[in-house]
Amino acid sequence: MNNRLINWFRYASPQTFYPLAGKMIPWFWALTAVFGIAGLYIGFFAAPTDAQQGEGYRIIFIHVPASWMSMFIYLVMAFWAALGLGFNTRLSGMMASALAPTGALMAFLSLWTGALWGKPMWGTWWVWDARLTSELILFFLYLGFIALQSAIDEPRRADKAGAVLALVGVINIPIIYFSVKWWNTLHQGASVSLTRSPSMAQAMLWGMLLMALAFWMYSIAVALARVRAIILERERHAGWVEELREVRQ
Amino acid sequence: MKPRHKRFAIIGGGLAALGIAAALVLNAFQSNLVFFFTPTQVAAGEAPQGKTFRIGGLVKEGSMKRQSDGLTVRFIVTDTAKEMSVAYTGILPDLFREGKGVVAQGKLGPDGLFAASEVLAKHDENYMPPEAQHAVEQAHKTAKSVKQ
Repeated sequence: MNNRLINWFRYASPQTFYPLAGKMIPWFWALTAVFGIAGLYIGFFAAPTDAQQGEGYRIIFIHVPASWMSMFIYLVMAFWAALGLGFNTRLSGMMASALAPTGALMAFLSLWTGALWGKPMWGTWWVWDARLTSELILFFLYLGFIALQSAIDEPRRADKAGAVLALVGVINIPIIYFSVKWWNTLHQGASVSLTRSPSMAQAMLWGMLLMALAFWMYSIAVALARVRAIILERERHAGWVEELREVRQ
Repeated sequence: MKPRHKRFAIIGGGLAALGIAAALVLNAFQSNLVFFFTPTQVAAGEAPQGKTFRIGGLVKEGSMKRQSDGLTVRFIVTDTAKEMSVAYTGILPDLFREGKGVVAQGKLGPDGLFAASEVLAKHDENYMPPEAQHAVEQAHKTAKSVKQ
């Protein structure tokens, strides 16, 4: 094994990752505040009114970042799940279970803000079209993952069972993303995609991207804080945990 | 092969198998996953007969007529190839506009009139300030007059 690989694996142990995560958290909170304030300012004051939807479209600054995040967190969760199954590392399972509640929150926010947006614009809170239904399935996948993990007492077995569920559910992510392309849906197509230029006014786009960054930073900060709590809980009998300043007090 | 390579191979193989299975299932259910039918599809007989279904398309410019009772509206839904007449009694969503997208749920009568029980507005993915939209419309008009 070369040196670089060893360096990476060093942080795969809970003992070295715990203080590293603790050092990173304040930075991610600070970035959340910076991006969030800038994004909200642009969203509320700088972005122009939409020609079709008036002021009501401004919920996009929460709805789209939350929806992106709900899908992306699931991919990251599945990535950790696969690493945990493959390498048998303890930290991977902890990362996956630390991400799940935030992912569930994002999926819920996406559905909730979507309903609030759908009522005035489409004329309905909810329809069973492919985009909305697949996002609801994503929300249930998160809840199922959390429930499955809490139902199994032994953490290592809970990690394995959760990892299999997370990997099976990953098939839903491309379905959500491409649902508006593959089928007729009430939900409109993507305004921002990698293959063509965005169909939004500049200021609106900036507000949305900044809010998306704020959601990223928030999710990282919260997941790191949660993984620290999980490490403490699972390793509470380890010598290094008992020597921690915050534990001895 | 080390045990962890074997595990990753199993994960990769499992995901590939799942992906193929999902693709086949979605392909088989293709027709059930359609949220609405276009007037062209209805004309081709793809829509369910005698059952409630949804049609979607654009509200034809100048086709919306309010009936004398003040609540019933009639309009034409078009996908630019085929057209369908729709009758609806009730409150229309704010974004319901001529030339814009619409999805209506209801039944197709024997006279070819689609009696809608619910009308939803379908907006597009473009967001722009009113001035920009005005500019776009002007440009379209100029382009049209140049063609003629």
